[in-house]
Amino acid sequence: MSAANWRGAMNVQTPRPVAPGNPRAGAAHEPRARRFTNPIRPRHVVVLAFLLGYPWFATPFFTFQIAAQALALGLIALSLTFLGGSGGMISLAQMTVAGIAGYMVAIFGSAAADNPSLGWPWWLAVLLGIAIAVVAATFIGWLSVRTEGIYTIMITLAIGVAFYYLALQNYAVFNGFQGKQQVFPPTLAGIYWRDPTPFYYLALACALAGYLFVVHLLRTPFGIALQGIRDNPRRMHALGFNVTAHRVAAYAVAGVIAAVGGVLFTWYNGLVTPGSVGTGWLINILVIAVLGGMRHPVGAFLGAIVFVLLQNFAIDVIDRERFNLVIGVVFLSIVLFSRDGLLGWWAALSARMLTHTGGTPWRAASGRSYVR
Amino acid sequence: MTRFWKGFWALLIGVPILAFTVWGLQDNPRLFVVTLLNGLTLASLYFIVASGFTLVFGLMRNVNLAHGSLYLLGGYLGFFTAQFTGSWLLALAAGFAAAAVVGLAMQVSIFRFMPGQDLRQTLVTIGLSIVIADLLMWAIGAQVHQMSPPASLDGPLRGLPVIRVYSTYRLSLLPIGVAIGVALWLFLNRTRIGMMIRAGVDDRGMLAAAGVNVNLVFATTFAIGAGLAGFGGVIGAVELSMVPGEDTRLLLASLVVVIVGGMGSVVGAALGAAIFGLAETYGLAYAPTYSVVFTFVILVLVLAFRPRGILGRPA
Repeated sequence: MSAANWRGAMNVQTPRPVAPGNPRAGAAHEPRARRFTNPIRPRHVVVLAFLLGYPWFATPFFTFQIAAQALALGLIALSLTFLGGSGGMISLAQMTVAGIAGYMVAIFGSAAADNPSLGWPWWLAVLLGIAIAVVAATFIGWLSVRTEGIYTIMITLAIGVAFYYLALQNYAVFNGFQGKQQVFPPTLAGIYWRDPTPFYYLALACALAGYLFVVHLLRTPFGIALQGIRDNPRRMHALGFNVTAHRVAAYAVAGVIAAVGGVLFTWYNGLVTPGSVGTGWLINILVIAVLGGMRHPVGAFLGAIVFVLLQNFAIDVIDRERFNLVIGVVFLSIVLFSRDGLLGWWAALSARMLTHTGGTPWRAASGRSYVR
Repeated sequence: MTRFWKGFWALLIGVPILAFTVWGLQDNPRLFVVTLLNGLTLASLYFIVASGFTLVFGLMRNVNLAHGSLYLLGGYLGFFTAQFTGSWLLALAAGFAAAAVVGLAMQVSIFRFMPGQDLRQTLVTIGLSIVIADLLMWAIGAQVHQMSPPASLDGPLRGLPVIRVYSTYRLSLLPIGVAIGVALWLFLNRTRIGMMIRAGVDDRGMLAAAGVNVNLVFATTFAIGAGLAGFGGVIGAVELSMVPGEDTRLLLASLVVVIVGGMGSVVGAALGAAIFGLAETYGLAYAPTYSVVFTFVILVLVLAFRPRGILGRPA
């Protein structure tokens, strides 16, 4: 056994020093039930009210191009945050799963006339698209859980790029370079769901559902076991947990989230092309997740907002063509100078502020970093 | 593995390949042999690029996802050097040197300060690949650059059996790849630095304790590994072409080659390159739409039965 394995096996978490006068210091000894309820704080109400009222004071551009796009991208990034932050598996193939869902919606549903599309009802196409994407995600998971850490990155990247080339070269199903054009959401109850405000609420509903689902899942026995496996797979295996099954299941769950995000993103763009599952987007999802921070599900959406704002307003700072340069430099500086993205900065900042005023540091400030 | 299983696998893999060979030779011998040569020469290029990737990974556990960008950088610099000086050998040297210097700068200024943080190093290389790719596009533009081969290797080679004629330059890739492989093997197995690198692969801590300047060994390895990418870039600039997006293609090739062959093993890289190169060209020749699927199936099969690659060892 090599030194690295020993270190992993002997990985004993040192107990955190308890600050004197810290009322939450005894949290570990509180009854289990109370620790696992999440009180609704004023900030939650404020954020929810802001999100619900947003289209009423924002311009259609800000509602659709910025907010709705950020929500759809955030949902895809959320699947990576869940996998990476809670499962310790950084998969670059999440955009591939999202793209598969988008492609399937276009193939089973309706797309531009010159494409092979089956023209089935939209709900059937969406359900089938998500189901097929989840099967694909499970398969990707089954392949990549045999590996760990950087190997996972490489294998998922290879799978993602392979799917890109498949979509690019195959005309019978994926329509090659053109991809599927004019993939739009349906008109339901007299509302065209691609109009800025309805689409915003659709994306918001999906994003909120996904966010609450992940937050809840992390408190279930499954989520706790998954985090245990992230921290020490050997010990969890010794305790009788099926490590591989938990990891594959995590990929499947992340696949559902990514697939919903992928359908939304396809509807947002109105098309799905090989370019939208190319290396650029595979990495963009990672950029979003790392930018926001992987310690909490909200990081994915924070990262998506910053990403979309940069994408739209980088033109003002520097030439539009140089967007990749801006995003690359931002990503590099986050990876180099913050261990946990924007959330890491926020946690460090609030911890400093609160310890100065004698209050309690934010809970997550003492949490561990997943990007090591 | 028992003798029975070895025989079983040899049969399972060997029989279809043999059947395909017989069919291919009977059906259209010229196409078959040309594809074989195309595959082997492409494999040679893949090997040159991937051997640098695997060398860096083997020693430092650093997955350099900017490897493709270094390939493109070397190719562009080789192209402009050839344009100014007219010398192909100078272009090769320039491509190697440029990529090596950038690789060295990466190791000395960034990776040295995050030892043991594999995942973070990988994220940094992703960021660097985005930045380098965009800087190259900014400086050079998105149009296709193609280098002409050196005069001595230009033009077709006539009078060959079965296929009659084949590109001289393309054929010369084969000896170049073999030469690089042999040189790398000699360097790793017969020189003092090579010995240090191999020792570092096995146990970094012990090497440092033995009084070797590990940082110097790391920097040297990173420079050589990156330089090989640049070297491959100049060779590829003639055979393929230099255009934004090629960096991704070569990165994918390097990834698949080292995953299939086994991380950190130069012989594994040669084996993986041969398998990947042949699968890609035969796929393109005989089933154009699904060539990438063959690559993928090979990747899946290898991962399913040998998760660390054919010649891989546990880390």
